Amino acid sequence: MKGTVFNIQRYCVDDGPGIRTTVFLKGCPLRCQWCHNPESISPKPELVLHEDRCLRCGDCMKLCKNNAIISEDGKFVTLREFCLACGTCIELCYAEAREIVGKEMTTEEVMVEIEKDVVFFDESDGGVTFSGGEPLLQHEFLVELLEECGKKNIHRVVDTTGYTSPSILECVSRSVDLFLYDVKTLDDEKHRAYTGVSNRLILENLRRLAEWDKKVIVRIPIIPGVNDDSENIGQTGLFVASLRNVGEVHLLAYHKTGVQKYHRLGEEYRLEDVPVPSAEHLNEIARELRNHVSVVTY
Amino acid sequence: MTERVKYLREQSIQAVPHLSPERGVIVTEFYRRAGFLSAPMKRALAFKAILERKGICINDGELIVGERGPAPKATYTYPELCCHSMQDLEILNNREKISFKVDSGTKEIYQESLIPYWRGRSMRDKIFEEMTDEWKRAYEAGVFTEFMEQRAPGHTVLDDKIYRKGMLDFKHDIETHLKSLDYENDAEAYRKQEELRAMLVCADAVITLANRYADRARDLAVQERDPVRRAELETIEANCRYVPAHAPRSFWEALQAYWFVHLGVITELNPWDAFNPGRLDQHLHPFFKRGLEERTLDRERAAELLQCFWVKFNNQPAPPKVGVTAAESSTYMDFANINSGGLRPDGSDGVNDLTYLILDVIDEMKLVQPSTNIQLSVKNPDEFVERACEIIREGWGQPSVFNADAVVEELLRQGKSIEDARNGGTSGCVETGAFGKESYILTGYFNLPKVLEVTLHDGLDARTGKRIGIETGDPCEFTSFGDLMTAFKRQLKYFLDVKIRGNNVIERLYAEYMPVPFLSILIDDCIEKGKDYNDGGARYNTSYIQGVGLGTITDSVVALKHHVYDEQTMQMSDLLRVLESGFEGFEKTRLPLLNRTPKYGNDDDYVDDVMRAVFEEFYRGVNGRPNTKGGVHRVNLLPTTCHIYFGSVTAATPDGRRPWTPLSEGISPVQGVDRHGPTAVLKSAGKLDHVSTGGTLLNQKFTPQLLQNDKGIESLVHLIRSYFTLGGHHIQFNVVRAETLRDAQAHPEQYRDLIVRVAGYSDYFCDLGKVLQDEIIARTEHQGF
Repeated sequence: MKGTVFNIQRYCVDDGPGIRTTVFLKGCPLRCQWCHNPESISPKPELVLHEDRCLRCGDCMKLCKNNAIISEDGKFVTLREFCLACGTCIELCYAEAREIVGKEMTTEEVMVEIEKDVVFFDESDGGVTFSGGEPLLQHEFLVELLEECGKKNIHRVVDTTGYTSPSILECVSRSVDLFLYDVKTLDDEKHRAYTGVSNRLILENLRRLAEWDKKVIVRIPIIPGVNDDSENIGQTGLFVASLRNVGEVHLLAYHKTGVQKYHRLGEEYRLEDVPVPSAEHLNEIARELRNHVSVVTY
Repeated sequence: MTERVKYLREQSIQAVPHLSPERGVIVTEFYRRAGFLSAPMKRALAFKAILERKGICINDGELIVGERGPAPKATYTYPELCCHSMQDLEILNNREKISFKVDSGTKEIYQESLIPYWRGRSMRDKIFEEMTDEWKRAYEAGVFTEFMEQRAPGHTVLDDKIYRKGMLDFKHDIETHLKSLDYENDAEAYRKQEELRAMLVCADAVITLANRYADRARDLAVQERDPVRRAELETIEANCRYVPAHAPRSFWEALQAYWFVHLGVITELNPWDAFNPGRLDQHLHPFFKRGLEERTLDRERAAELLQCFWVKFNNQPAPPKVGVTAAESSTYMDFANINSGGLRPDGSDGVNDLTYLILDVIDEMKLVQPSTNIQLSVKNPDEFVERACEIIREGWGQPSVFNADAVVEELLRQGKSIEDARNGGTSGCVETGAFGKESYILTGYFNLPKVLEVTLHDGLDARTGKRIGIETGDPCEFTSFGDLMTAFKRQLKYFLDVKIRGNNVIERLYAEYMPVPFLSILIDDCIEKGKDYNDGGARYNTSYIQGVGLGTITDSVVALKHHVYDEQTMQMSDLLRVLESGFEGFEKTRLPLLNRTPKYGNDDDYVDDVMRAVFEEFYRGVNGRPNTKGGVHRVNLLPTTCHIYFGSVTAATPDGRRPWTPLSEGISPVQGVDRHGPTAVLKSAGKLDHVSTGGTLLNQKFTPQLLQNDKGIESLVHLIRSYFTLGGHHIQFNVVRAETLRDAQAHPEQYRDLIVRVAGYSDYFCDLGKVLQDEIIARTEHQGF
C-alpha cells in the first residue's frame, strides 16, 4: 500500500520514549493557527520555495509546462493556483531552492527507513512515532505500517489530534503501544475558532481510549492568549484526572520556528503577535496541572 | 573550588606564553664541550646538565610543584631537533594567535650562539638531508606531513609502575641488568651497557631535580610567615625529598611523583602528543582509599590536589614550531589526555569513586589542558556516562568518549596480551596504545583526497603542475569505475611506499642520534632489553600513518562513480575541466555534485561501501609493513587540524568542494552534507572496521537545546552506547550554536573564554585561525526535533 509522507525524521527525542524515528504523514483535518508544520496540512504534495537558496537562473520558469512561474522583481514566483506540483522545476533546481513536500511511499519503503535505526531503538527503548498532519487521516496505510512494526517488535507511538471516527480509532488503536494525544482547549468555541473544528469528538475519543485501556500521554500546546488561562488549564487538569489511563501530560510550548515555512509555502501566518510563553509561566501551568495529574513535563 | 585553586587557575590562564632559552643554552653549551661519548650517554649527560642548572620555580600557594621552564608558560625549545631561525622568532613574537613572546635577550642568544652552532647539525637538517627527491616532492605538495621533523617520537603514556617503584628501585633493576650483561656471547652487550648506564644517569638527574625543589621549598618555608602555608611548604619539601626517588606513600606524593616524571619526559625531548598519566583514577585509587580510611585525606583535599595538578598541565604550552608551520597559528595544546573509567586488568568495571571526583575536577577546572576522556565499556554504569554527558552539555568539548571494549579489541588484534590491552587506553587525540609498554608513534598525516587529485592528473600536482606521482593513465581513457580505482590504488601505493621509506630512515636517525634514556626507564621492556625507547626497546613498537579526509575522498569517488560511470550524467573530460577551473563560472555543475549526489554520513550503503573500499586500500597499503624497531606500521584516522592545511593544497574535488578549502575532518562526514541526523552519521561511521585501526575520530555538533533536559542527556547516552554497539571507537561533541560562534568571530573580545572542540582536543575559539573557525561553524548542527 502507498501513502503520502512528508518527512521521516530520525533521532527524535521529544516524540515518546527513547530515541525515535518519526514518520510524518501528510494531511490534517484541523487548521490550528499555531501549526508549526503548515506543509503537513494539505493531503497533497506541494511546492515549497527557499528564496535564500535561489540563484536567479530562471531555469524553472523556462521548464514549467503550465506557465505557473513568472519573473517578478528578479525573483521567480510560482502562481500557486496554476502549479500542479508536477516536480519538473524541482528536478533541475540544483540549488534546492524549490522542493516538493510530500512523497508517495510504499509500506516497504517506509519500513526500510524505520528499520535503519533499530540499534538505537533497542538501546534506548525507543521506536517509531507516526505523526502528521493527522496520521489517522491515512488510517489504512497507518494500520499496515503499525502491523509491520509490530511484527518486528518496534515500539509504536501515534501522535494524534483525535479528530477521527471512533471506528477508525478503534481499528488503529489495536496496533498502538502509546498515544500522544493533543488536547488544545476545553472551550469548544475557542477550539472552533482556532482549529476550525469542534473539540467534542476529540474529547469523546480520548474517553474511548481510556475505556479501552490504551496508554495515552496527553499533550497540551501552550499558546499564550488562547489556552493558557488558568480556567482552561484547571478544566483540562480535571478532565485528564478523570481518565484512568492517562498519568502523564506534556506541555508543548508555543514556538515560532514554523513561521518561515509559511513564507516558503506562500501562506500567511496569523499568530505573528503571539509571544512565546516564558519558562516561569510554563512552570506555573505545570504546577497547576500537577494538582490533577502526577507527571507533567515540558 | 578553593581560593587557592581559583588563584592558581587564573594565574595559569593569564600567564603569557613566552620562549625560554634556558634549555637551549644549557644543551648547546653541553654539546660544544661534550667529548667522546656514546649517543645514550651524551643524551643522558645533557639531560643531567639541564636538570642541575634549570631555574626552580614554586608558585604562590601551589601544592604540586615543578615547571618545565623557569616560570609558568616559559616554554623550552629543542635546538638539537630543530633550531628556530631569527625569522621564526619574529613570527612567533608577532603573530596574532598562539604567539610566544621572545625578548631581546633571547633573540640575542639565538643569533650569537644557538643558530650558529646548530645550523646543519640539528635532527631536522639531518632528516631533510636523508630524504629522497620523491619524498620531498610529495612532502612539499602536501601529500603527507612528517611528525619527526620538528618533534621527537613520543606518543606513549605511563602505566602504574611509578606508583609502585621509585627511581631508586628502577636504578636497582638497571644495575642488575648491567651486572648480568654477557659480553662474551652477546654482540649487543656494549650497546646495552651504554644505554643502561645512561638510564642510571637520568634516574639520578630527576632525583637531583626533586631535591632542588625540596631545597627551594625549605627556603620558602623559612621565610614564610603564614603558619598554614609554612606547613604546606614543609610537606612539599618532604614530598620532594621522598619522591620520585621512592615509590609514593600518599595521594599527594603520588601526584608529585608523577609530575616530576612528566617534567623529565618533556624536558628530555619534546615528544609528540605529550606524555600523560593515563588511567589516573585507577592508579591513584589505592592512595585515595587509604587516605580516606586513615583520615589523612578527604574528598575536598583530594579534589584540591587534583586541581593543583591540572594547573600544572595548563602551565606547559606545546613547544612552538619552526619553519613554514610557525606562520600558521596552531595550538598551545600538547595533548596530554587523561583517561577515566574503562576496565580493570581483570576485565571488571574500572569506574570507582575517584573517577567521579576526577569528573568533578574536569567540570570545575574547564581548562584546555590537560585534555580528558572517558573510556566507556558495556560494563560501566550509566551513571558514569551520564555524569560525563552533563559536562559535555556545558559545551566546551570535554571529555571525549571512547569505546573501551573496542580499544581492547584493537589492541588484542595487534597482538597485545589481554592484561596489556585492558591497561591500555587512548591518548593524544584518539590513539590507541598499551600504556607503559608501547611506543606508538604517529609519523604523519596522509592526504587521501590529494592522492585522488594526483590520480585524476596522471601523476601531476594540480596546484603546481609538477610531477609528484607516477603515471597511472589519462582518466578520460578509463572505461569503467574499476579502471579509476585501479589507478587510484597504484598511486596510493606509490605514495605510501615513499612515506614508509622515509619513516624507516627517520626512525633510524632517532635510534642512532637521539635516544631517550629517561623515557626508556619508564616503558617496559627497555630496561630488560637494554634498549632505548627510540630503538625498539618498548614491548610493542607501532608506527602510525594517519589518514585524513575520509569524507571528502569518499564523496569524491562516489561523485565520479555516480555521475561518470553509473548514471553517466557527466563526461570525465567535462568534469576534469570544471575541476580545473575551481568551479569558477560552473556553479551549475558544482551544485548537482553537491546536492544531487549520494553523500557519506547518511546511512546509504551505496556511499558507505565506497568509504569502506577506500579505507581498505589505505589499510592494505600500510598495515603490517615493518618498521625498524621490530614492530609494524598501522593506520588511524584523525586530522588534528591538518584537514585545514591539506585542504589548502588540494584543488577542487569532485564532491563539489571548492579548491583550497578544508577537507572533512576525522571520519566525520563532509561539513553540512549529512542531512539525516546523528543516527545516520553514526550508522555510516559504524560501517568502518574500527578494530582495524588504532583510532578514529568522529565529531558531532549539537545545539544546546537538544541537551537541555534529562531526556536530552539520556538520549545522548543511548546514542553513544549505540554507536559503540556498532563498533565505533570514539565520539566527541560540540554543544554550541553556529550563531554563537559567528558572534564570537565578530566580537572576539567578548568570547575570550569560549572553548570549543576542534578535533581530538578543545581549544579557545578565538585562538583558532579563521579558516578553522569557519570549518567548525560549517559542521552540521544537529537540532532538536
